Amino acid sequence: MDLFLQQTLDGLATGAIYASLALAVVMIYQAIDHFNFAQGEMAMFSTFIAWQLIAWGMPYWAAFLICLAFSFIGGMLIERVIFAPIHDAPVLSHIVIFIALTLIFNALAGFVWDFTIKEFPSPFPDKLPFESTLIGPHEFGVVGITLVMLGLIYVFFRFTPVGLAMRAAAANPVSAALVGISVKRMLGLGWGLAAVVGAVAGMMIAPKVYLEPNMMLGILLYGFAGAVVGGLTSPGGAVVGGFLMGVLENLAGTYIIGSELKLTFALVVIVAVLLFKPAGLFGRVVVMRV
Amino acid sequence: MKLRLMSTVAVAAMALGAGPALAANAPGVTDTEIKIGNTNPYSGPASSYGTIGKSISACWDSINAGGGVNGRKIKWISYDDGYSPPKTKEQIRKLIERDEVAFTFQTLGTPTNSAVHKYMNKKKVPHLFVATGATKWGQPSKFPWTIGWQPNYQTVGAIFGNYILQNHPNAKVAIINQNDDYGKDYVIGMKQEMGDKFDKLVVKQETYEVTDPTIDSQIVGLANSGADVFVNISIPKFAAQAIKKMAAIGWKPVHLLNDVAASIKSTYTPAGLENSKGIISVDFYKDPNDPEWKDDAETKAWHAFMDKYYPDGDKANKFNAYGWAVCHTMKAVLEQAGDNLSRENIMKEAANLKQVHVPMLLPGMAVDTSPTDFYPLEQMQMMRFDGSRNVRFGPLISAETE
Repeated sequence: MDLFLQQTLDGLATGAIYASLALAVVMIYQAIDHFNFAQGEMAMFSTFIAWQLIAWGMPYWAAFLICLAFSFIGGMLIERVIFAPIHDAPVLSHIVIFIALTLIFNALAGFVWDFTIKEFPSPFPDKLPFESTLIGPHEFGVVGITLVMLGLIYVFFRFTPVGLAMRAAAANPVSAALVGISVKRMLGLGWGLAAVVGAVAGMMIAPKVYLEPNMMLGILLYGFAGAVVGGLTSPGGAVVGGFLMGVLENLAGTYIIGSELKLTFALVVIVAVLLFKPAGLFGRVVVMRV
Repeated sequence: MKLRLMSTVAVAAMALGAGPALAANAPGVTDTEIKIGNTNPYSGPASSYGTIGKSISACWDSINAGGGVNGRKIKWISYDDGYSPPKTKEQIRKLIERDEVAFTFQTLGTPTNSAVHKYMNKKKVPHLFVATGATKWGQPSKFPWTIGWQPNYQTVGAIFGNYILQNHPNAKVAIINQNDDYGKDYVIGMKQEMGDKFDKLVVKQETYEVTDPTIDSQIVGLANSGADVFVNISIPKFAAQAIKKMAAIGWKPVHLLNDVAASIKSTYTPAGLENSKGIISVDFYKDPNDPEWKDDAETKAWHAFMDKYYPDGDKANKFNAYGWAVCHTMKAVLEQAGDNLSRENIMKEAANLKQVHVPMLLPGMAVDTSPTDFYPLEQMQMMRFDGSRNVRFGPLISAETE
């Protein structure tokens, strides 16, 4: 029973990591209607920026905010410089560029900061207000931050004019443009915000798994799995999906399949969901008029 | 026509009679130079190892400045393979077929060397002292042209097994290992040493994949098994995660950590020095930063070498001492071969090192090979981390690999 409880809580803690990255994946999907394979590496790169600022002696929260600003501008620049010119190109061209960005960010981070692991500080206190060896203060904080981010994103897309305009621009660019929404600006904004969410995720993940250029490799796969399970159109679904992946992975690894097949498990879940419920558990079924 | 044929035969006979009956020197060997080929990961995910190639290059510079080996200067040609096996294959072909090196030395990495293992043996080019701890480099009957250098992973596994039997004969042992050849080699070594005790003492074994984001779940499972000895076979990133998680859940077994991750800089510091206290590991060469060697002549010579020939190199990085030691092993082989520098003879001498001491090995250690023993280093000493340094304890332990 102890083991079960420990594995479940541990799964929730890892799940929070997957959920925060899944949120970033959904964010960009809302804006551009594509999966961004470079999302993980962008987040890793942002985290390195924050690490560098802290290493130079900046206090944590100052570095945190500057890193978010940098990520926002960086994300917009990527859209403006790289994706705007190929906006009407087939989807395969976009995928090739996503992969290229992945490799570029990975190699660049390795070149600048090398491949040894770095310690990244946690913003949360060293001790929980209550005694427990079941969950650490950082894990507890990450779950909280993920839920707060989810809340903000929900409010943003549901109630703010900019959020609504962004959804409109992604869902139906032509009509959106006709009612006076600048689709171009919305796309840039979507990239910027997705980069910000990714940066927050990166800074929450790094204290747990250590910062290095390949940090996001496995996590992105689980993040994708979480996003697909929950539904790519639903931020709430992505978070639930992320938590679900973390817990299921731990329990399946402990009691059923053994730790060797944990990653395989995530991939099987992706395939199964796409086969039987392509929109995900909470996703909107997109109906296309032909 | 007839006459010309005669004269050719005569010249050939004279040539044969002139020198001693030796095989011709290897390609890349002249009266003034020996060309040595190498691949190293100067870029890519394993580029932290690249400093080994650079320190060896600096080592040859220092040897050349002293007149070279038997009057011949060493020409070191080292290419970047980015730790990518197909690239290694391409670079090795270039070294042997275009640059015409005499042999290769210290090519780095298990997957990368595996990619050229057959090629080197088919071409009959010495594939010397490869920089990997896998066990498969010591098969003289099957691969007579390939030889390793550092104590192999099975040796370390056997030393851990021996330590458990001697000190904790009734232990409950938990193991985590990376799920590949490297991780499995250690477990094989442990099994060989412990025999049927292995199944009796080991209560739980877990594995992880390099792509796993964390190994927290595995650590929780192992802690829950009630084990009081933990054998940790992981690379620095996961070793640090394990140490941190163990502290968080309050699991305090006797912790045996593989040499691959027993680094203060790359594992213990990120994991927390306090959390890492008491971890036991093994080593075979001196850590030049350890105060124990402050007045040691070999260490001082190494510091002087670094200052003069590799000023950009990081003196805090142990790999640079490794490069110095392995370079002197190569030098010993070439000295032994003298002027008989055929590929056959270079290989023969590499497998004929009798208790050769090279600088920076731990006191009492020596390189030893024979035509049937392609494992040059088979001794190690245990050490325990005291919160600031790794303190060696006990005698040198030998573990011969079968």
